Amino acid sequence: MASKPRVKLPKSASAGEIITIKTLISHEMESGQRKDKNGEVIPRQIINKFTVTFNDKTVFEADIEPAISSNPYFEFAVKVPESGTFKFTWVDDDGSVYETEEAIEVA
Amino acid sequence: MQMNRRSVLGVFGGAATVAAIGLPVGLANATPEDTMAKIKEFAGDKEPQTGGKLTLNTPEIAENGNSVPVGVSVESAMEGDDMVEEIMILAEGNPNPDVVTFKFSELSGEAIAETRMRLAKTQDVVAVARMTNGDIHMAKAPVKVTIGGCGG
Repeated sequence: MASKPRVKLPKSASAGEIITIKTLISHEMESGQRKDKNGEVIPRQIINKFTVTFNDKTVFEADIEPAISSNPYFEFAVKVPESGTFKFTWVDDDGSVYETEEAIEVA
Repeated sequence: MQMNRRSVLGVFGGAATVAAIGLPVGLANATPEDTMAKIKEFAGDKEPQTGGKLTLNTPEIAENGNSVPVGVSVESAMEGDDMVEEIMILAEGNPNPDVVTFKFSELSGEAIAETRMRLAKTQDVVAVARMTNGDIHMAKAPVKVTIGGCGG
């Protein structure tokens, strides 16, 4: 269902700098409210959780409901204390987990 | 509420359908009361403050209810007692008022987040923030929706 998580953040920062991270993942986010042409409700299938960790410490989380648009987009801030790796995780209603990682260098 | 021929049809047609499948009337769409109940659950015993500490950014007019940008931010040090734990966004006029809940941490640096949401119709959007000291901040903004975002 989902594919190609995309994440945008600077490659480097100074220690303690607050950076902005933008993320987008392709997903239909079927709300469970729509009906197909036979009048049957199309079952809900959304990404229900988004988590960001930095060096294995949770930084930012979103509990997601069907009212989030398809191809869910999130933008948020992070204070970068040191060099390390961000890990981004999206969890689908069907149990699939989509992950991506980005490193950042603190000069 | 303004009544015209179309909305009268909608109201009675909707009620009839709901009655026919044996569900209690009122289940189809969220009401401001549902939203109030959600806020109460989120806030606990605390009274939400509307002093403007929480900023809710939405467009006045959304041409497409399928993708409405929404941003929230709270002025705070993001340390110790003066930190934002969670911000919840609710849409009063959607089938289900829940939209998203953001959870922040000390590594957030700044309590700010943005996403895109669906709005079924013209309605009020509400954001509620809970601080580490238990304070609750609230903000509300009306959004006029030209094309609803609930498919079908």
